[in-house]
Amino acid sequence: MPSPKRIGKIEFGLLSPKEIRTMSVRKIIWADTYDDDGFPYPQGLMDLNLGVIDPGLRCKTCDQKASECPGHFGHIELAKPVIHVGYTRLIRKLLRVTCRSCSRLLLSPEEIEKVIGTEDDLTGEVLSEKDIKKERVCPHCGEQQLKINFEKPTTFSEILIEDGKKVEHKLTPADIRARLEKIPDEDLKHLGINPDVARPEWTVLTVLPVPPVTMRPSIILENGQRSEDDLTHKLVDIIRINQRFKENQDAGAPQLIIEDLWELLQYHVTTYLDNEVAGCPPARHRSGRPLKTLSQRLKGKDGRFRGSLSGKRVNFSARTVISPDPNLSVIEVGIPLAVANEMSIPVQVTPYNIEELKQMALNGPVRTTLTQPCGANYVIRPDKRRLRLAEGNLETVAEQLEPGWTVERQIRDGDIVLFNRQPSLHRMSIMAHRVKVMDGRTFRLNPAVCPPYNADFDGDEMNLHIPQTEEARAEAAILVAVEENILSPRFGGPIIGGIHDHISGIFLLTNQMRWFTKSEALYLLKNIAMEQLPEPGMEKDGVPMWSNKQVFSTILPKELNMVFKASSCQNCETCRKELCERDAYVRIFDGELESGTIDKKAIGAFDGQIVHRIIRQYGMKRAADFIDDITHLAIRSIMLDGFSFGIDDEDLSRTEYGQIDEVLSNAVLDVQRRINIYEDGQLEPMPGRTPDETLEMQIMQVLGKARDRTGEIAGRHLGLGNSAVVMAVSGARGSMLNLTQMAGCVGQQSVRGERIMRGYDERTLPHFKKGDRGSDAHGFIKHSYKGGLNPTEFFFHAIGGREGLVDTAVRTSQSGYLQRRMINALQDLKVAYDGTVRTTGGRIIQFRYGEDGTDPMKSSFGDPVDVKGIVESILKEEV
Amino acid sequence: MSTRLNVLDHAMVPDHQIMTKEELTGLLSLYKITSDQLPRIYHDDPAVKTIGAKPGDVIRIIRTSHTAGRAESYRLVIKRPKK
Repeated sequence: MPSPKRIGKIEFGLLSPKEIRTMSVRKIIWADTYDDDGFPYPQGLMDLNLGVIDPGLRCKTCDQKASECPGHFGHIELAKPVIHVGYTRLIRKLLRVTCRSCSRLLLSPEEIEKVIGTEDDLTGEVLSEKDIKKERVCPHCGEQQLKINFEKPTTFSEILIEDGKKVEHKLTPADIRARLEKIPDEDLKHLGINPDVARPEWTVLTVLPVPPVTMRPSIILENGQRSEDDLTHKLVDIIRINQRFKENQDAGAPQLIIEDLWELLQYHVTTYLDNEVAGCPPARHRSGRPLKTLSQRLKGKDGRFRGSLSGKRVNFSARTVISPDPNLSVIEVGIPLAVANEMSIPVQVTPYNIEELKQMALNGPVRTTLTQPCGANYVIRPDKRRLRLAEGNLETVAEQLEPGWTVERQIRDGDIVLFNRQPSLHRMSIMAHRVKVMDGRTFRLNPAVCPPYNADFDGDEMNLHIPQTEEARAEAAILVAVEENILSPRFGGPIIGGIHDHISGIFLLTNQMRWFTKSEALYLLKNIAMEQLPEPGMEKDGVPMWSNKQVFSTILPKELNMVFKASSCQNCETCRKELCERDAYVRIFDGELESGTIDKKAIGAFDGQIVHRIIRQYGMKRAADFIDDITHLAIRSIMLDGFSFGIDDEDLSRTEYGQIDEVLSNAVLDVQRRINIYEDGQLEPMPGRTPDETLEMQIMQVLGKARDRTGEIAGRHLGLGNSAVVMAVSGARGSMLNLTQMAGCVGQQSVRGERIMRGYDERTLPHFKKGDRGSDAHGFIKHSYKGGLNPTEFFFHAIGGREGLVDTAVRTSQSGYLQRRMINALQDLKVAYDGTVRTTGGRIIQFRYGEDGTDPMKSSFGDPVDVKGIVESILKEEV
Repeated sequence: MSTRLNVLDHAMVPDHQIMTKEELTGLLSLYKITSDQLPRIYHDDPAVKTIGAKPGDVIRIIRTSHTAGRAESYRLVIKRPKK
């Protein structure tokens, strides 16, 4: 392997005409490509000296075959010089800072010194256009300077003042080139140009390099017709115009014609270099499609850099829609049989597995049912030849197998695969799962692994990759496996845990005290691996009964001790602990749930305290099993009673509706009262605010309070018998605010945190009086979603909703770019064995990772040691 | 009374100290590095100017840290490069 080299410097320069001619192997003069026999014209655009793309021919320059010849440049001698579009800015600057007659810098040596500093104390600055005063006299030859006008894309002109009128005088590229040629080397250095590698006149082309045919191959269509590359098309145009130009020039054509041709040549060279220049109509294909010329090959998402060099495509991958399967384990992924049949793992034949592999080869590539054993798609002989297994050759190939061969067998249950969802924002976006081959056409996953992927099932697609070597599989199993990624390095807590129905289900199971008969208990625990039921908690009429907390405790590790407060905890001033009327005081004693409700705080993704404790005490594997048990138990629990939500769940009784109306009309009156005070000039402004702002704040406050009051009224009516309340209280989904808006009152709509003020002159809509400051004129919605909005309310709601949509759209694009830049800056840093964070060059970035050397994934929500958790689990008491 | 602000007196400016030769050799051998692998700080940094460190000196910066309580960092003083 070559040893690594340190890059001393990188030099950026321009190709000089001399260099272009030196590297050229052929002068190109004919616009045609192939003759009637399909043979390239000599000195044409496909000249054999420029490299070969047709198999069988040999390059006339290097005598190599089509696959080996790298291609060689040719050149076109332009009839007259033309400007290179990429350098118009530089040309403009140089024309403006140099004299039109002697081409020296328009600054005296003293003025130059002022900007770039003295010989031994350089400021490191270079001269810019701003350093030169407009229309001055050259300090060297005394010539009056003219204003240089630049018109996109490539036109330069001088502005003369004749008889008090402005007259534009166009500069031809030849004039410009003549001026640039005269700029002394010394002056260029002050402008930040190294004249040894980049003389400015080289930005005006006199000779055009013709790229090798290998980078603009022609393709042969099905009908035998040749189709040339866009670059070739463009070069044809250039040569054609160039020839015509030359002929006209030699024939002494009138100046007008020459100028037209010159401009046409300039246009073709410009679009050849960049076909998306402002102020220049793009060159088009016959079909109307704009040509993809040089700059378009490099630029943008599918360009050379982002499309070909940084981004690549891979084999052994699959992509399809995802759907949920709560019966899978979190560490599994369901794969359609069609995908499993197509994808393969290479297995070396050894004396120990030869019989098994022979059988796989015999099974062949066709696997029609899940119960069939897996087959093989290819075998690889020791001489690296691949044999495709097909109906006809199965027996013969299987017979030939011996150690040294490789069999590419199909995917089967238990194989380890990488599963990924874009955008891959954190390490948990790619995790290794165990395969479960399934019917259907979608990838299946346990809903509990949705949070790390940020996946849902509204049409999301995910990617699958099959590791091909033992090392890759080992890394996948040890580092990337789901069980290794339950903890998030983002906050040091579990990111995999119960979601939605899991939380509702476990809440319904464990809330308050409930007793189950043996058959009910066994129904709940059907999917739990358990040797036997615990002793019944009580006997009722001679029938043994098990409590809901006992049922839950069967999935807890036996020595677990914890005390914490559930999501439903209201943070009362004096905690009544075990006697809490909401049953929010969770106490686990030696693996028995003594009191409290299990909900989002206990098992939810992002919060899951029990999951976290189990990881710390028993490890990730046990936690993965626990999450599996939780999901299974929760799903059974939610099915025991059933769980649904309908429009009538938002119904309140007549008394509540009366109360809500009263609260709202009082609030509207209160607002009106305050407006009256304001209009009388009696409003006392708050410190630092105008009376106007004060009024707005008061109105927002009054209306906000009123909305909350309606929520309380609605909440009083809707108890835990209501599914939405269960979801809100347990933390499964939604909040009491959502419920308020459905049943009580939607409330104030806002734009940028203020009431809606935009619209017409002094009013939001023509339905209101000018200057109306009332609640309904500025977006207060007093109806509920259930009751229905009136037209003006609906409109205000749309305004508020649109702001939210715009915000998310802007935020995602901004944070995406932020993350991209951050990753680019940090990607090669690593934590060395001595705990320092270093670059690849060994330079130190941090002397200790994070200053405390703590792995955030192994921290407890950021703290290196979970002191409270450890003490509590030993004392078995709250501290 | 001098009106010049001493940046070191500001609550948010951590303690800067110039390291001695011996301390520096100890530091470099501890991390098995050469001084050009250290993080850098420009000679015209206000804190550097105040403690009078010259290019080539190494500065110890003692910060209070959210995570570790107290964190030491070291920086090599270099001349601000020309643009």
